[in-house]
Amino acid sequence: MLESRPDGVPDDSAAAELLSTDLSGFRGLAQEATPADVDRALSTGRRSLADLGALLSPAAAARLEEMAGLAHTASVRRFGKVVRLFAPLYLSNECVSACTYCGFSAGNEIARRTLSPDEVAAEARELTSRGFRHVLLVAGEHARIVSKDYLVDCVRALAPDVPSISLETQVWDTTTYRRLVNAGCEGLVVYQETYDRDTYAAAHLKGKKRNYDWRLGAPDRGAEAGMRSLAVGALLGLHPDWRAEVLALAAHAQALSRRWWRCEVAVSLPRLRPAAGDFEPTRAVTDREYVQILCALRLALPDVGITLSTRESAAFRDAAFRMGVTQMSAGSHTEPGGYVDPGRAEPQFEVSDTRSAAEVAAALRLAGYDPVWKDTIGARVKDAIPTARVKDAIPTAQSRP
Amino acid sequence: MQDALVIAGREFGSRLFLGTGKFPSNDALEAAIVASGTEMVTVALRRIDRTADQDILDGVNPERVLLLTNTSGADDAEEAVRLARLARAGGYPTWIKLEITPEPRYLLPDGVETLKAAEILCAEGFTVLPYVNADPVLCKRLEDVGCATVMPLGSWIGSNQGLRTKAALEIIIEQSRVPVVVDAGIGAPSQAAEAMEMGAGAVLVNTAIGTAGDPAAMGDAFRMAVEAGRLAFRSGLPSVGRAADASSPLTGFLAS
Repeated sequence: MLESRPDGVPDDSAAAELLSTDLSGFRGLAQEATPADVDRALSTGRRSLADLGALLSPAAAARLEEMAGLAHTASVRRFGKVVRLFAPLYLSNECVSACTYCGFSAGNEIARRTLSPDEVAAEARELTSRGFRHVLLVAGEHARIVSKDYLVDCVRALAPDVPSISLETQVWDTTTYRRLVNAGCEGLVVYQETYDRDTYAAAHLKGKKRNYDWRLGAPDRGAEAGMRSLAVGALLGLHPDWRAEVLALAAHAQALSRRWWRCEVAVSLPRLRPAAGDFEPTRAVTDREYVQILCALRLALPDVGITLSTRESAAFRDAAFRMGVTQMSAGSHTEPGGYVDPGRAEPQFEVSDTRSAAEVAAALRLAGYDPVWKDTIGARVKDAIPTARVKDAIPTAQSRP
Repeated sequence: MQDALVIAGREFGSRLFLGTGKFPSNDALEAAIVASGTEMVTVALRRIDRTADQDILDGVNPERVLLLTNTSGADDAEEAVRLARLARAGGYPTWIKLEITPEPRYLLPDGVETLKAAEILCAEGFTVLPYVNADPVLCKRLEDVGCATVMPLGSWIGSNQGLRTKAALEIIIEQSRVPVVVDAGIGAPSQAAEAMEMGAGAVLVNTAIGTAGDPAAMGDAFRMAVEAGRLAFRSGLPSVGRAADASSPLTGFLAS
């Protein structure tokens, strides 16, 4: 059954705040900031979106090493020499949406697969045996195959074994998010993909995902339902002006932090990778530009989490994570069933850093960082909590094998 | 000079408590614990994972220190109480650092929820050490419901800004009948010494040691600073005068 979605975004939401923010001035600064603007942005204590604009500018590119030093220091002070590790768990690559950049897009003739809740639990056991305690459930958009009930069943199946479950699927209404929270889901990840409406329309050709506003309001709905953490993201390579995307993403994160002050907010900006469908990024963001983005975000949003995924190469991740990254995926498979039974379905994209989780953890240790596998108290469940999940969240002093 | 810190009937030889976040490795944590001489170490329950190959508790020797589990991550009284009960059910000591920080950016404590949770946990027999804003009345309320200490913040967690709440801390120390542990914001040994000179019972330090280039050496530096500050407090610091006060007074020759 098709459900009607309201147009626009609710008043009093972070989405509404973002839409009412005039970013054009900041975009101007991001293109044309003077060295004096950059100086001011670097030397100030609390940075505004105008400062972020200056830090993203070509003028700031000349100050990259200085920015990196400040970003590193700010990160260590706020988060310590630690990086949280997580793994994506792909539930299904079925999809009715047609999105130009995604391997799962409806038109692509690929091997499709949807895991049963038992298969999902088997994947989770494999991930926990590799050390993971933070798992992100990912699925294509198919309201019948990847239904609300299916997702609730999957979360419930995992909750006894996985202390931290987050979700990245099609977006839902508040009621569905509340069901997912009560089943044991603590985090919501929503990529707006691009904040530019025209680019969004051109990239999303078919399916409910075409509704920009409904998607933009999803983190608000998740937060209202009790999600403890929110992550928002944009794909670099859709809109030609990456500076504009970073500004909008930062403004969204800031608005979410203000509106949903109890939620942890994180951002993610993957550079698009090759996938089925032969999409070509509009303009590749260079490594140097990408590092500038990481540094600028860390300096402008000192308390916001930043994710760096396996879309980036091992060499790049090993060098760049120090500039503000707080969590990384590792040993990722982007096809359903990929941990127990790899290669049976089409991946969403090719991962670039193909090292195992243990290898990524070892590289972090070598760099003097502590890879953190578990850092959670579980979902914000207000009713009775399943005993098994609680028991597993904090094992006893004696339970060490 | 005997000067042990006594909390809930237990003596501590060190007035430096250590947090365990932000360390680059368990080895670094362990070395800092030894060098700092601390006898009380707080660990977030959310970080503990005894089923993992490596766990944060590997760096904490229960023979040497009292493990003070904390409720970090809880955003209301209900969650904090749930976590404390889980800790007890898991066989950990029933000493709880009560942290209720609903706002994840500055991690500021929620006084309303903290008082609610403290009342429940004290009644259930926990030894409760609550992390609070430097609010003198709240500290008295927490003392009234049976908390073993109060732990007001010097400044925001991890900010290294020192004793920005000094004026309120002075009132809390003056009024308190339980040890006052200055927690959060202490970024340098000199700031720890300052808190001890004011008469704090102890200080809790984490970021400054955990993120130092050499955490063990910084732990040692804090150990000395805390001892120096305490000794100065015990010795009776001279008052600060507005004008010069000659050590050999000009009128000393006059018969009194």
